[in-house]
Amino acid sequence: MNMLDGLIAALQLSFSVDPRIIEITLRSLFVSGSAALIAALWGIPIATIIAMKDFHGKFLIKTIFNSLIGIPTVALGFLLFLAFSREGGPLGFLRLLYTPTAVIIGEAILITPIIVSLATTAIEAVDPEIANLARTLGASEAQASFAVLKEALEGIFLASIASFNRAIGELGIAQFVGGFIYGQTELLTTGIWIELQLGNPRTSIALMIILLTMVFTINLALNAIQRMRGREWKPLLNLET
Amino acid sequence: MEAIVELRNVTKTFAKKTVLDSVNLQILDGEILALLGPNGSGKTTLLKILASILRPTNGEIHLCGVKVTDQNVEKIRMESTLVFQKTVLFSMTVYDNIAYGLRIRRATKNEIDYKVAQVLKLVRLEGFEKRPARKLSGGEQQRVALARALVLNTRLLLLDEPTANLDPKNAAIIEEAIATTNRELKTTIVVATHNMFQAKNLPHRIALIEDGRITEVGTSTEIFGRLSKTLASFAAVENTFAGTAKISENGSTLIDVGNSVHIVAVAKNVGEVTVFVSPEDIILSKSRFESSARNMFKGKIVELLDMDSVVRLKVDVGKTFTVQITKRSFNEMGLNLNTEVFLAFKASSVQII
Repeated sequence: MNMLDGLIAALQLSFSVDPRIIEITLRSLFVSGSAALIAALWGIPIATIIAMKDFHGKFLIKTIFNSLIGIPTVALGFLLFLAFSREGGPLGFLRLLYTPTAVIIGEAILITPIIVSLATTAIEAVDPEIANLARTLGASEAQASFAVLKEALEGIFLASIASFNRAIGELGIAQFVGGFIYGQTELLTTGIWIELQLGNPRTSIALMIILLTMVFTINLALNAIQRMRGREWKPLLNLET
Repeated sequence: MEAIVELRNVTKTFAKKTVLDSVNLQILDGEILALLGPNGSGKTTLLKILASILRPTNGEIHLCGVKVTDQNVEKIRMESTLVFQKTVLFSMTVYDNIAYGLRIRRATKNEIDYKVAQVLKLVRLEGFEKRPARKLSGGEQQRVALARALVLNTRLLLLDEPTANLDPKNAAIIEEAIATTNRELKTTIVVATHNMFQAKNLPHRIALIEDGRITEVGTSTEIFGRLSKTLASFAAVENTFAGTAKISENGSTLIDVGNSVHIVAVAKNVGEVTVFVSPEDIILSKSRFESSARNMFKGKIVELLDMDSVVRLKVDVGKTFTVQITKRSFNEMGLNLNTEVFLAFKASSVQII
């Protein structure tokens, strides 16, 4: 079979209703979606505090979160593997190693700096008088903070999508703490890798096509929303900065 | 009239800089009080303290007989509202902007619909409900901001330079809405301004503020009637000049304001005077032109300030004049810093204060 035939076969597999492919895709969506949700749940309040409060060490904390955006997934994955290891790992008693939960936790940690940094920037970009405006119209402190968050909603939404993209595309953590347990922890990224090792390049290519299609579709949809709103589209995230 | 607000020895410092220094002031129920002072004199800080969105470093504020404390500040805020100098709008529709404060006060949908329609009529923006507020022109945006404050019908309305960056049409609508609100609803209004003309005509009383201190308080006649030292020192206020007036040979009043600048006025005053020329009354041209205006000066543009629909220019003719022109005129004339221009204004536009 030449390369073209292989690619066609992989494309057919991508758009087939192969139950295994569907299961891997859904699991990936669930794991990365849960990680993005958890990161948003703790990341947005952290970003709100950093952006809206003045305190000593604010610059240092912002710098730390910014620096952690570029943490290599293989390093974080290895550290988490050591932590979750059932042989002497401090969190080994939780018996989470090689479970989807471990991957969710790992990815949530990975993407927290992204959501904190981007959401902080989005909140800081809101006109500083918005909080005072809400206050003078009768808002309590909590309502005033909410008014600011509402103004930054688009930026926060983009931060969440950027973090989801990072989670669904990473391999290191999924490999180290998820492993390759057939029918349990196999994800799109780990699937691409393991199927190639097992001599099934067609399945690898099919999974890769699905992964890329998903990421591009999400970004294209966002692009369309932004255009409808008459604003200029900017790349979601430069992970190296 | 009894005092609705009382400030006792209010001081505010930011990073060791004293912005307000032992301010004592009573604001009377139902009055319009103008805070008149140059830029940087502390007007905005004082308004923010009156609006309870800024707490003083020292001193006490009593609003409606209640001392403002950290504990009751959120409740007391309901009694006042502030319209900022720089228009701030939520990225929502005009309706939602105006409804914001009403929703916080838990007004019903019907009540909100009715009040929003009424207040939009007052600021002459009927039918603007569904428009995105930030897409409106600068003047319309400021009118939405005023409507959003007026709709709450608070006991105290605070306005920070409400017409500073507006063209004459929008400024007139806003001044009329302020006067109507005070007349019909008896709302107490504090308006900060550095526009002498506005200060002379709109308020019942004027408080002069300079370097964070209230230097004089009185009625318009009292303040402008006697030529106070403070007022004369207000050279920093735009287009206000102190000088010596004399009647010239041809019978007109000639005021020497220094640096070889002589202003012709209609009013027959002699001796020490302070004059004011509204920036909107000054015509700007790139070449000398024939006109009935008795005052014409040649100068250079030394500062440009883009204010959305209008551009404010500072022109040095020996004394610095502030001139306001529309953005369109500005672009068509191809003006820039250091461009040589001519200023002209009628003798009748010169207010002797």
